[in-house]
Amino acid sequence: MIHFENVGLRYGMGPEILRDLTFDIPRRSFQFLTGPSGAGKTTLLRLLFLSLQPTRGIIRTFDREISAIPRDELPMLRRRIGIVFQDFRLLDHLTTYENVALPLRVRGKEESSYRADVLELLKWVGLGERINVLPPVLSGGEKQRAAIARALIDRPELLLADEPTGNVDPPMARRLLSLFLELNRLGTAVVIATHDLSLMDQVEARRMILSQGRLDIYD
Amino acid sequence: MTDAPRETTQEAQPARRPEMKVRPTAPIVPPANVSGNALMLVIAIMAFLACLTFGAVSMVRATAASWQSQISREITIQIKPDDDLDMEKALTEARDLALTFSGTRDGTIVDKAATARLLEPWLGEGLNIDELPVPRLVIVTIDEQAPPDFSAMRAALAEKIPTAFLDDHRTWVDRLVAMARTTAFIGTGVLVLVFSAMVLTVIFATRGALSGNRHIVEVLHFVGAEASFVASEFQKHFLKISLKGSVAGGFLAALFFAVAGFWQGRSIATPQSDQATALFGTFSMGATGYLGIAGTIVVIALLTTLTARFTVMRTIHEIDQIRSDPSRTDQLPDP
Repeated sequence: MIHFENVGLRYGMGPEILRDLTFDIPRRSFQFLTGPSGAGKTTLLRLLFLSLQPTRGIIRTFDREISAIPRDELPMLRRRIGIVFQDFRLLDHLTTYENVALPLRVRGKEESSYRADVLELLKWVGLGERINVLPPVLSGGEKQRAAIARALIDRPELLLADEPTGNVDPPMARRLLSLFLELNRLGTAVVIATHDLSLMDQVEARRMILSQGRLDIYD
Repeated sequence: MTDAPRETTQEAQPARRPEMKVRPTAPIVPPANVSGNALMLVIAIMAFLACLTFGAVSMVRATAASWQSQISREITIQIKPDDDLDMEKALTEARDLALTFSGTRDGTIVDKAATARLLEPWLGEGLNIDELPVPRLVIVTIDEQAPPDFSAMRAALAEKIPTAFLDDHRTWVDRLVAMARTTAFIGTGVLVLVFSAMVLTVIFATRGALSGNRHIVEVLHFVGAEASFVASEFQKHFLKISLKGSVAGGFLAALFFAVAGFWQGRSIATPQSDQATALFGTFSMGATGYLGIAGTIVVIALLTTLTARFTVMRTIHEIDQIRSDPSRTDQLPDP
């Protein structure tokens, strides 16, 4: 589904942040992306999310080389990717329900066609009682779950999550992990960037370890 | 966590809790905020000033045009008395001669009584015209668009009535035309300046109000919204703001002219009203004035909407520019 070949990236004239990355993210796969702070995890997620282009190498996303994709086609490709931002990026004037429904709304869907799905997902992530609450009132963990629900709502083919359990307690982290696994069983490829070793220990999954700009993969 | 999942307890309960109601979906762009209200106020003030200037300039132009047309609509034939001249006959001949020229419409001989009235301020009442060698006048109305040949008329008059003198008011007309043109030019200049200030203020105020919403543009863009969708959401929002502001400003300007016109109508023939009328003309806007106000409102609404569209499109373009230029990614929030 995603193929990186000798990908390198540098900011301006600085040193290469990522070097010679060659790997695949197969369909329906599940992997953790880990490594020390500053290793380039966020940059790699940006590359996967099409919000950055490499300074060298080739990236193929959904069988298309990203350097050849016109700007106006990017939204259509992004719709196939769900992303959980580290800082959540919820809109403060919209309720939890409206934030989660946002990806469907921007696709032009009628509210009546998705209301039941959004409510069901909100219940699933434990926010069934918080549907009409605005983000400033939500706790960090609740915001995290709302951000995850927003990324999942349109059943993306690829889910990218940056530290998705960083703001929740261990039981909720396990619950969220099981949610990602369930999604993966339904066919979504999942990449979770995390520092949380205990989280990774709960699942037998591929580990992509970034260190000094290089990537080691343990299947 | 206090908000732990509750499905199991819910299932254990005999009766399900009623479904929570979802509030009516809020607009993607927040309907009211401080910058939006400030923008509306700026638009209202600029619309008021622009409409006021438009109305004032129309009034001044109309007044200048009326001065010009009133004086250039007529010419005067003056016949000086002479011992051998039959004045009444000469007056009739002069009028008939003038009317033979194409471009003349009507000729009126100023009779003795009217002549006496004209001289009354200098010579007093009860004047007997026949006792004094007073010149007599023929007033000829002409077609302003196709005036007669004045030099030919002057030559013909001189040949037939040597004491006749044709005054086409050219000196006065030229001076008034120059003054009217200058007044209209200055008025148009002021209008252009006020409109330019309005355009720039509206553009910058809209961009200022939009800058506070950049995070919304980014989130929409990253959840897969097309640029045209994001732009249309912001366009709708800013169209509402600009319509509210410009309609309020335009309405106040129209109200100002209506009240001023009403005051002028009520205080007619008073020194203040006469002075104002002489300087500015009548405070009546007419259909053109109200159309101008409506036009100004439409221009402001379009301007705000287009500025919102271009600014949003440029923001999205910048986000994509950052994508293709890794050296700029420090400006992009972390995903």
